[in-house]
Amino acid sequence: MDLPLIWAVLIAVAVMLYVILDGFDLGIGALTVFARSETERNLMTATIEPVWDGNETWLILGGGGLFAAFPLAYAVLMPAMYIPVLIMLAALIFRGVAFEFRHKAVREPTRIFWNGAFAYGSLIATVAQGFILGGFIKGITVDGRVFAGGAFDWLSPFSILVAISLLLGYVLLGACWLFLKTGGETQEFSRKWAKRALIGVLVAMGAVSLATLSIDPRVTERWGVSMTSVDFGTFWYLVPIPTLAGVLIYMLWKDLSNRTLKPEWRPYLLTVGIFLAGYTGFAVSLFPYLVPFEITLWDAAARDNALGLMLVGAVIMLPTILIYTAYVYKLFWGKVNLEDGYHG
Amino acid sequence: MEFDALLLSRLQFAFVVAFHILFPAFTIGLAAFLAVCEGLWLKTGNEVFKRLYLHWVKIFALAFAMGVVSGVVMSYQFGTNWSVFSDKVGNVMGPLLGYEVLTAFFLEATFLGVMLFGWKRVGRGLHFFATCAVAVGTSISAFWILSANSWMQTPQGYAIDGDGRFYATDWMEVIFNPSFPPRYVHMMLAAFITTAAVILAAGAWQTIKRHQQKPTRWQMRMAAGTLLVLMPLQIWAGHWSGEVAHRYQPAKVTAMEGWCETADVQPTVIVAWPDARRDCGINNSIAIPGTSRFLFKTDEPLKGLDAFPESEQPPLWLVFYSFRIMVAAGLVLLLMGAWGVLKWWRGTLDKPGLFHWLALPSGTLGFVAVITGWIVAEVGRQPYTVYGILRTADSVSPVSAGQVATSLLVFMVVYAIIFTAGVIYMFRIMTKGFDDEANDPPKESGRAPGSPLASVRDMAEPVQAAPAKTGG
Ligand code: HDD
Ligand code: HEM
Ligand code: HEM
Repeated sequence: MDLPLIWAVLIAVAVMLYVILDGFDLGIGALTVFARSETERNLMTATIEPVWDGNETWLILGGGGLFAAFPLAYAVLMPAMYIPVLIMLAALIFRGVAFEFRHKAVREPTRIFWNGAFAYGSLIATVAQGFILGGFIKGITVDGRVFAGGAFDWLSPFSILVAISLLLGYVLLGACWLFLKTGGETQEFSRKWAKRALIGVLVAMGAVSLATLSIDPRVTERWGVSMTSVDFGTFWYLVPIPTLAGVLIYMLWKDLSNRTLKPEWRPYLLTVGIFLAGYTGFAVSLFPYLVPFEITLWDAAARDNALGLMLVGAVIMLPTILIYTAYVYKLFWGKVNLEDGYHG
Repeated sequence: MEFDALLLSRLQFAFVVAFHILFPAFTIGLAAFLAVCEGLWLKTGNEVFKRLYLHWVKIFALAFAMGVVSGVVMSYQFGTNWSVFSDKVGNVMGPLLGYEVLTAFFLEATFLGVMLFGWKRVGRGLHFFATCAVAVGTSISAFWILSANSWMQTPQGYAIDGDGRFYATDWMEVIFNPSFPPRYVHMMLAAFITTAAVILAAGAWQTIKRHQQKPTRWQMRMAAGTLLVLMPLQIWAGHWSGEVAHRYQPAKVTAMEGWCETADVQPTVIVAWPDARRDCGINNSIAIPGTSRFLFKTDEPLKGLDAFPESEQPPLWLVFYSFRIMVAAGLVLLLMGAWGVLKWWRGTLDKPGLFHWLALPSGTLGFVAVITGWIVAEVGRQPYTVYGILRTADSVSPVSAGQVATSLLVFMVVYAIIFTAGVIYMFRIMTKGFDDEANDPPKESGRAPGSPLASVRDMAEPVQAAPAKTGG
């Protein structure tokens, strides 16, 4: 069995789950910047309060899984991303406690402070994740087994582009979740923001795709596409990925324009599809590098006995986790409505 | 002392982990307390337990959130600041932390949602199940992280390959390494004791302020009883930890005890101070002689500082005094427990008095003992990260001092803000006392504890009493 490959797939799945789950609650957090009243803000946070902690746990699995399965990659990537990781953590701290604190603040200024901490914490955490992703794709300087680049290597026009794209993507996810969980004015609000974000996502995905192609000759070769020429023999196999993204974006736009849309979970699901297409695109570009373009997943893998031990745990626990997570989502299914008694 | 990336990373690690442990120490105990209260309510139908539950779960929600956010920081520390360490020991420690995420964190985090927001959505039995899942999750989490830490203290079941990387040869030996059983027992007891001390203090405050209610009386009895029962066990567990440390980390015990010269029989040093006239540099003459005969069952001479070259010695004073503070805190808590139970027996526990005034500061002693205990364990194992094999100096990331100084500063500021706010909010709930019977969420209009509207209510002036309704 190729244990490193299995683990690479498992971690990729964990990160993807993180993105589509915590993505929507971070996106809603960022959207609260535009909430029009305190009630609306409460409604928005109420759609995510019971689940955000579980969502964020996928981030711990991503980080912890990388440490466990690919210690070398963890040891190289974390120092390389020291500053954006720090920013992300600080932002996640503020937004995490703000879930609780904003309800406990008695005086107006502190309440405004925690509302701000929640909104901007979500926004900044997302942007920091974008910088990490962008810096990661751009490639990392390695010497032997350690990171050998500078403190700001992650910062580049490309990573700025990725950060903006990720923010737009999370806002889209968040808006679609809100669309599903609310009605009336707030639902209209979410529809409006979903449409705005979708236009942004369309532009951003195009720009990021083109920019990625010119990052490294290996990526160009993998896709068979460069700025000046196209090698159809190669590109043909990969065409479904961008096509799928395009089709899904079109369908989502139609859905969002339909005032009597049923079922209401469709926009969220379509957004997940768009993310999946983009994610697959990255995977195609970077495989098999875990530290682009220096260390492959086989170079970075832990010993087989460590991977095997964890595989046993993962095979038993991941389905269990997915089952009880799904159960909890089902428990809180349906519209939230503060007036009716949210828990009624 | 040079403020290089190494020293700054050590300070940062010590700071963020010490901050983090304050919350697990409290949430592990509180989760168990909540499970007990809810269980008792379901079993006896006594409303007092439900009110206790609904009151403390609000505090729990705050503490848990702070535990989670500071814990997420921890899981990235190994990579950002100790990357060489991560590369070298990842094969051994990684799976332990991986199992922690898979078996504990998801359980806690997912069922926390049901526990806090499912009060009205699920049946009583299922809600109780969620509470238990969270409580069990916290103790499984402690199991794995303490196993990882203990392996670093007393490594076994591993080998080192050509390029200096550790790998496991026997997982059972790795997980159940020698210092793990005592450390797990000692830490779990520490968590229960810390929580009991807080609950006692909160009850004492309400008694002093004379807005004592029925649950106040119950919570004081439960807390004092817990302290009286668990503190003797804790002393025994601490002694067990000391024995294991003596066997595997003699330099640590030497620093804890402040022994100068190797001798067959050693004293128990009460107070010591620096003394340049003596070889080992300490004056430890305030001591009870001869006690080691009872405390350490061994025929070999007991090593003093003179048995270790300077490069192998941990920082002396930090370990020495931290140990004394921990033990003193424990003894005070034992006394408070005994005194409280005595007053309960005499029927004077509910009248404010000296006991209640002393119980207030004692509420912090659990935290004090936890922090100082960890300092004993962690500083005492220096200069190693993996005891005897991998030095701390050889574990640090290739990051600049500037970056680490920045991150340390950021964490200090961020933690200062959230700590202040969190403690104020927790205090407010604890001291305000219980919702009136009529105020706790009755079935039809109830809000889950910790939910937005429940909290909105917390802030409001006494809410118009709705007809009380049993059940929830
Ligand atoms: C004895 C117990 C104990 C100790 C020594 C530690 N922790 Fe912890 N940790 C817990 C007990 C705990 C807990 C009880 O499971 C927490 C505390 C409150 C909470 O929310 O869960 C938690 C939360 C928590 C979380 C968030 C989990 C979640 O989302 O639910 C992470 C990632 C860590 N911890 C990681 C660490 C690391 C890397 C540590 C060591 C360096 C560490 N913890 C020490
Ligand atoms: C939660 C309670 C803990 C506290 C309060 C604590 C405290 C400390 C302190 C004070 C140091 C610094 C020692 C020194 O440099 O002089 C340290 C070092 C260290 N601890 Fe812990 N520790 C805790 C738990 C853990 C756990 C559970 C692990 C691992 C699983 C761990 C891993 C380390 C490592 C890798 C170092 C080396 C870095 C350093 O020397 O600063 N610690 N700890
Ligand atoms: C009163 C008698 C006590 C004794 C004799 C005692 C003994 C010890 C010893 C020897 C250690 C070091 C273990 C090692 O380095 O491997 C330790 C650590 C520790 N102690 Fe205590 N202790 C006592 C009370 C307490 C109390 C009351 C608390 C908290 C409420 C506490 C919390 C801790 C913690 C959290 C640690 C670090 C974790 C560990 O290494 O076990 N201790 N204790």
